[in-house]
Amino acid sequence: MFDYLTYVREGNFPHIWCSGCGHGIVLKSFIRAIDKLGIHRDEAVMVSGIGCSSRTAGYVDINTLHTTHGRAIAFATGVKFANPKLHVIVVTGDGDATAIGGNHYIHAARRNIDLTVLIYNNYIYGMTGGQVSPTTPRGARASTSPFGNIEPPFNISGLASAAGASFVARGDVYHAQKLEKLITQAIQKKGFSVVEVLSPCPTAYGRRNRMASPVTLMEWLRDNCIPVKKYEKMSEEERSGKIRTGVLIDIEKPEFTEEYRKLVDSMQVRG
Amino acid sequence: MPDRYAGRTMMMQGNQACAEGAMAAGCRFFAGYPITPSSEIAEWLALRFPEVGGKFIQMEDEIGAMGAVIGASLTGVKAMTATSGPGFSLKQENIGYAAMAEVPCVVVDVQRGGPSTGMPTLPSQMDVQQARWGAHGDHGVIALTASSAQETFEQTIRAFNLAETYMMPVLLLLDEIVGHTTERIVIPDWDTVERIDRKQPEVPPDEYLPYRCPEGLIPVLANFGTGYRYNITGLCHNETGFPTNNKQENESLVIRLTEKIVAHRNEIIRLKRMMLDDADIVIFAYGTVARSARQAVMECREQGIKAGLLEATVLWPFPTEEVYALAGSVNAFVVPELNLGQMAREVELAVRCAAPVHRLNRVDGDPITPLQILDAVKEVV
Amino acid sequence: MAEGQPASKELAIIRVNVEWCKGCEICVAFCPKDVLEMEGGKVTVARLEECTKCMLCELRCPDFAITVE
Repeated sequence: MFDYLTYVREGNFPHIWCSGCGHGIVLKSFIRAIDKLGIHRDEAVMVSGIGCSSRTAGYVDINTLHTTHGRAIAFATGVKFANPKLHVIVVTGDGDATAIGGNHYIHAARRNIDLTVLIYNNYIYGMTGGQVSPTTPRGARASTSPFGNIEPPFNISGLASAAGASFVARGDVYHAQKLEKLITQAIQKKGFSVVEVLSPCPTAYGRRNRMASPVTLMEWLRDNCIPVKKYEKMSEEERSGKIRTGVLIDIEKPEFTEEYRKLVDSMQVRG
Repeated sequence: MPDRYAGRTMMMQGNQACAEGAMAAGCRFFAGYPITPSSEIAEWLALRFPEVGGKFIQMEDEIGAMGAVIGASLTGVKAMTATSGPGFSLKQENIGYAAMAEVPCVVVDVQRGGPSTGMPTLPSQMDVQQARWGAHGDHGVIALTASSAQETFEQTIRAFNLAETYMMPVLLLLDEIVGHTTERIVIPDWDTVERIDRKQPEVPPDEYLPYRCPEGLIPVLANFGTGYRYNITGLCHNETGFPTNNKQENESLVIRLTEKIVAHRNEIIRLKRMMLDDADIVIFAYGTVARSARQAVMECREQGIKAGLLEATVLWPFPTEEVYALAGSVNAFVVPELNLGQMAREVELAVRCAAPVHRLNRVDGDPITPLQILDAVKEVV
Repeated sequence: MAEGQPASKELAIIRVNVEWCKGCEICVAFCPKDVLEMEGGKVTVARLEECTKCMLCELRCPDFAITVE
């Protein structure tokens, strides 16, 4: 048994997430990760935006900052830059991070500031009732794509990779142990790190797309999330409809707060 | 080590004076985004901050800059951003957040002509009502202004002190003239500058409630990383910092956010009075227009017209009672402004029909001259 | 303990917090030994003796509602 209760704000439970929502599984994976890393709770800051994912902040007993829609990474940039000793973890969703917050997302990646960003990708705006999001698959139904989505989706991980993030991983809530490992690696990484977590929404997405049952959604993750190594060996045909999971990018590059510190040190030496 | 400019007399732009004032006030974090006519504030701090261990970051947009300032402030550092009209609009979302979550910070708006991209290189005072009502929802606002480089330096310090005292964003409304005019400024020794730092909890973490407000209306927010783990949200929250749906808690929070300014208005409001004792005509002016108004008062007096000047250095909260107190004994008010009467509205509300209020407005991008004010006063007489 | 039974066969203690359980059935569906069942919209332990303490139910419960010892 893992003692999650020492890490949560028990008085705020049961949480607000719907039955079968994977977000609780992500939170648990995060808790195990910081437990394993031995991060002191006083030195951890969770910054979140707006949406179902962002409600995570209210449940975990560390410093928590629930901000405005799309802006969590910007607030987190201020926290981390002002006090680089803090471990700063951003919790956000597909809409929060890549629609309204897309600019902050790509620029934080470019800047390579030492933040860990957990993006709960559920393909939908859940909290507002199921509107189409930047990751809603083509053809999928949402309240604002009632005839099926005509737009192509964003690749959240690909976006961070292209923008310059030093660590990018994709996990899912079915493979929860693996998810914990990915989050652990992301937190350890000095630089901008992203873990895209597939955490489908039974209520707002599943019900409109013939996957209303949480079990069906979990089976879908089980059957379609393919580890990087295995994925690489698959033919084009076999890859169809499959999702690559695991560590996608892991590179070393200069980190922003460290570079600024060097600048300040050099100025003070010059006097 | 004393700062390189401390104790010196310099020639500086208002924008640079603002940056120096921030440093003297103890500000050590700036996040911004380039926009005319405010960019020199960012440029000056990009140059100066590394010398004193301050943090400078140019963000991807104004929204992000405002967010970063709030995040930084929560670690206990004094933080600022600076912008102009269109950027001020973009910052409103997170200014509202800082008001709701009660996070101290300073936002400088070097006003240019609007609406929209308007007149980027020309002065205006068109943002004074946006400063009051720009962010949605009811909450109190403190907005200062300044008419010279020296006053900009001093008002920037005051902005930080008010932010730290009342736990809120404080706005400093400059304009293109003061921002870009290079003039003499005396920079005091930093040790002699009055600096106020936000309070920290006096109770242990297990007894701490961030929004309890031990002294009535103002919360004590512990700096992140100091062992007080709590939640901050822009949702309506109770004293624990967690969101609430309780009607009474919602109501008391929204009322308190306004009441904390109303209750302290006398400590916040500051006015400069010039020849008001026997005045028949009161010129109400602020910012660089007040400089023209001072000259106009002198010229009025030379011509035998009993004019005086009530100069507001704090625009919000508006000095309603102080304006009303004059209304009974004077013949008229004249309100010259670089907009179409945004603060004249407030003067009219304050005067409550006890005296006529005449407007003098200019929105072509040129300043209001002393002669224009003199002519306006003569017309009233 | 029954004779000859190894220590690892000691019965698990599975606790369900019914106040927090939202009845998603994930734990029931993915239990390799069919230990769990639904009853009145909440999970219940039906065949404790089959439990191998693999912890998958605890791991995947989104509601922090089930623990295995």
